Amino acid sequence: MSIETVLLLIPLLPLVGSAVAGLLRHQVGRAGAHWITILAVAGSAALSAWVAWQVFFNGLPTLDYSVYTWAVTDGITFEVGFLVDSLTALMMTVVTFVSLMVHIYTIGYMHDDPGYQRFFAYINLFTFAMLMLVMANNFMQLFFGWEAVGLVSYLLIGFWFKKDTAVRANLKAFLVNRVGDFGFLLGIAAILVYMGSLNYAEVFAAVPAVEGTTIALFGDTQWSLMTVICICLFIGAMGKSAQVPLHVWLPDSMEGPTPISALIHAATMVTAGIFMVARLSPIFETSDVALSFILVIGAVTALFMGLIGIVQNDIKRVVAYSTLSQLGYMTVALGASAYSVAIFHLMTHAFFKALLFLGAGSVIIALHHKQDMREMGGLAKYMPITAATAWIGSLALIGFPFFSGFFSKDLIIEAVHYAERPGAGFAYFAVMAGVVITALYTFRMLYLTFHGPTRMDEETRSHAHETPAVVTVPLILLAIPSLAIGYFTVEPLLFGGALSDSIVVREVNDVVSNKLAAKFDHGAFAFALHGFMTPVFWLAMLGVGISTYIYLFNPGLADTIKRRLYLAWTILDRKYGFDELWQKVLAGAGLGIASGLSKGGDRTVIDGWLVNGSARLVGRVSGAMRQLQSGFLFHYAFVMVVALVALVASFVLLR
Amino acid sequence: MLDWPLLSLLTWIPIAGAVAVIALGQRSPDLVRPLSLIVALVTFGLSLLLYAGFDATSAQMQFVEKAVWIEAFNIHYHLGIDGLSLPLILLNTLICVLVVVGGWRITDRPHQYMAAFLTLHALMTGMFAALDALLFYVFFEAMLVPMFLIIGIWGGPNRIYATVKFFLFTFFGSVFMLIALLWLYLDSGSFAIADLHRHEFGLVPQIWVFLAFLIAFAVKVPMWPVHTWLPDAHVEAPTGGSVVLAAVMLKIGGYGLLRFALPISPDAAAHLDWLVIGLSLIAIVYIGFVALAQSDMKKLIAYSSISHMGFVTLGMFLAFAIARNTGELTGAGLGMSGAMVQMISHGFISGAMFLAVGVLYDRVHSREISAYGGVANTMPWFAMFAVLFFMANSGLPGTSGFVGEFMVILAAFHASFWFAFAAAATLILGAAYSLWLVKRVFYGEVANDNVASLKDLDGREWLMLTVLAVFTLGLGVWPYPLIDLMEPSVQNLVGHIMQSKTG
Repeated sequence: MSIETVLLLIPLLPLVGSAVAGLLRHQVGRAGAHWITILAVAGSAALSAWVAWQVFFNGLPTLDYSVYTWAVTDGITFEVGFLVDSLTALMMTVVTFVSLMVHIYTIGYMHDDPGYQRFFAYINLFTFAMLMLVMANNFMQLFFGWEAVGLVSYLLIGFWFKKDTAVRANLKAFLVNRVGDFGFLLGIAAILVYMGSLNYAEVFAAVPAVEGTTIALFGDTQWSLMTVICICLFIGAMGKSAQVPLHVWLPDSMEGPTPISALIHAATMVTAGIFMVARLSPIFETSDVALSFILVIGAVTALFMGLIGIVQNDIKRVVAYSTLSQLGYMTVALGASAYSVAIFHLMTHAFFKALLFLGAGSVIIALHHKQDMREMGGLAKYMPITAATAWIGSLALIGFPFFSGFFSKDLIIEAVHYAERPGAGFAYFAVMAGVVITALYTFRMLYLTFHGPTRMDEETRSHAHETPAVVTVPLILLAIPSLAIGYFTVEPLLFGGALSDSIVVREVNDVVSNKLAAKFDHGAFAFALHGFMTPVFWLAMLGVGISTYIYLFNPGLADTIKRRLYLAWTILDRKYGFDELWQKVLAGAGLGIASGLSKGGDRTVIDGWLVNGSARLVGRVSGAMRQLQSGFLFHYAFVMVVALVALVASFVLLR
Repeated sequence: MLDWPLLSLLTWIPIAGAVAVIALGQRSPDLVRPLSLIVALVTFGLSLLLYAGFDATSAQMQFVEKAVWIEAFNIHYHLGIDGLSLPLILLNTLICVLVVVGGWRITDRPHQYMAAFLTLHALMTGMFAALDALLFYVFFEAMLVPMFLIIGIWGGPNRIYATVKFFLFTFFGSVFMLIALLWLYLDSGSFAIADLHRHEFGLVPQIWVFLAFLIAFAVKVPMWPVHTWLPDAHVEAPTGGSVVLAAVMLKIGGYGLLRFALPISPDAAAHLDWLVIGLSLIAIVYIGFVALAQSDMKKLIAYSSISHMGFVTLGMFLAFAIARNTGELTGAGLGMSGAMVQMISHGFISGAMFLAVGVLYDRVHSREISAYGGVANTMPWFAMFAVLFFMANSGLPGTSGFVGEFMVILAAFHASFWFAFAAAATLILGAAYSLWLVKRVFYGEVANDNVASLKDLDGREWLMLTVLAVFTLGLGVWPYPLIDLMEPSVQNLVGHIMQSKTG
């Protein structure tokens, strides 16, 4: 098989699997559906791993080619094509591996669901869409993948379409994402207009020529073209990667089944925005203003969304807010021009967050779909594998030295520390404070779920037991990279130049090579060992300590704090009012405008006054005219005489 | 084989078929449906020959037929097609087949129903192929009659108001077209559209001619603010009538602007493009909001159509703004092609959405959104199609709904950031009204006994929706063949309208 065939098969296998499992769902049956889709995604994963092997170890040069021509018009060629370099290969491997784990896990999680085949069809379709997104060599295909993953996300959040909360959440997710896509599409249009192409390579080549261009948007004020483009594109990323204020859809997306929370809303789709900015680093590097904007937005998300995680009681929502916060960390890294570090955190996060979500799902299965942590506790003795893997995921999340999350998160913090753009000071504070908060909510979740007294009812407790192998095996397989992948990949990926063919950083901005590399002079082991002595580590330990004290030793304290700090608690519990802003203010205003225009504009003014009004006018005029034709001869004779007199009089007078 | 007068056959076979169906209807009603289907299929088959024999590298009129009709006034029976009319004719013959299949269950005077639709499609084919302005005008007006009957006989309770409104609006507009055509004849001595394209005349008369054409075709598109007949007509029309109206008849407006207003009076178009662009953007944004407020499914889709047609008129008139603002023409053809693609795509998607409403209406006899809820529970396959088409309607990439909008938005950015900004609002509005409808109708618990007793699609409905789904996805994944077919004609038109004709 040629490499082109392999690359074509990677997205097509899950597409075909999805079509078969979805359209022939009755013919293939439940087992048929999961075998077909799992084999398809396993095939993709194996081929992706092979491609990654070729790229990273056998020096496969960057491939950039067109698969087919989508359209040619007006001198523009729209292509569907693949760009395969180190970044793509990394993303393909992560996506297909996590997807495979989630597919297997789903057999257990969705075991009794009547929509079993439909679910497998959707997640297979998702894998196709995500692969198209990461493998794209042009903006149009990127946008295709971007919206297609949004479609599948919509379908999956609303998978249990009888639940009102689920179908509200999926509509909200799609619409909020569309707000982001609105900006994204404008950015793409600007690129086509000013650079004459939608192909990445051609656009990157055209960047220097237009870098100094300014455009007038409001009156005569000149805006840097590159800043406008970057901010438009980043608005798309804010929607997809759930950055404040477009983050509101992600917590609600937890209404969907847990496997997709792990796959779509933690590991892959939500990181598409991060991937996009990294992929387009040659464009983003040209605008310091845009990068500062990204830095600040990311910092706000990292800190403030983490805070909400502390007050959540639904186990999935804690992980969801944690995801928001971690996406904020990745965004901060992008804003600091540390694209490779962002991608590195994207990868480690994909493993440990998928692990945490699937672990939460395992608990949910054991407790028969209860998600409230106040009704859990002490589960470690019933489900040891789930508890152990959740500990691994949690330690990775808080950045405990040697765990994969340690390397990525520590380097983000260091990168921000050395970054010199406006906003970096605030961002540094936010990511440092975020460390305490992350540790706090993570260990709160661990203790409330797995340790301390059991708080569920007797019925539930008597049924609580470890989940079957289809659930625990994926947990174990995800725990391994959560533990170790950071240690083994940090040096080659960040300092060995493995991503240097995809990511372009200007010399002055390059904190990774200029500053961070020095810290690795003695290798990853020494770096991790040194990690025990940094302030970051002690901040994390502070969070762990607070959690341990409150949730293991002094359970009443949480309520006391809540009462004392009621205002702060309320603000967090209401999520700063963003939901109200979107639902009541913005959606409300939209619907108000809609009904105003419909009733006032269309029905009253246009139809009422203009259309039917003119009909009435014709009616009145013709009614008046009808009076003229009364049929009585003396009326006509009278008019004739008057007219004749008037005519003669006018001749006489006017002459 | 290609010596056949294909365009005449396409126009007159369905009319002969209609006569036969009427004649047959009295004696053997059982044969009415099969015969109508055969006629529609033969017509569709012949239109494929047109496609097969068409030279896509040329902007010339092809399959030309010409005969003297009224010698005294230099009027000809003159037919021919180029890359702008061929796709519309293909769409028309395809929709004709679907409408005949869709009307299979009509019990009230089925022979007249079928005859009306066959005639309607025949007249529309003739109109798209007409190269003589007066012949065009005759088809344009004649077409009103079957549509008038379709709504007036097989329509809903308020059909009389709707038919009269439909007729008066269109007729009001077409009077201006007739005046313009007569003035042009007196000025140029010809009714041949090609002669009128070449005819040079001053700016002031051009503006009058342009406005006359604009009024005539704006009603058809329909453009804001002469659009209010459309929701009423759709609501009252039977399913087949709505499908034809949305899928094909609205395209006559766009086609007329391309064939008459732009090339005959390009200088006026260049002067008044702000008017059309403004009205188009109002259509996209304002009507997008209005659609959001609808409680009747057909009205919602009708408003959605008006909003989507905004992209057609926007795309067509961007060329002048692009030339003015950038000093070059890059992007002008993109907008024009995008407008054409949007017309074809809207034919598939809106046709499918009206069929989908028909599927529900046949079972429950209500078009109110609030009469439904949780339909996906009882009709899962139907829900799949519905989600596909409403997603396509909201411009999802990979479906045809994306292609035209994408091209027009890209072209709009060439002209002005703010044009693109306003047009891109459809991303949010289109998704909002489409998916909110899906949520209210298809998702949730089974809302009432009517929904509980729904039966999923039958074979006939499967067939119709599958055909449209294949075209919707096919055009979305690979629009190349369509765009390639039109490209020479589009470039030719762009080149033509950039030449001043004031002499």
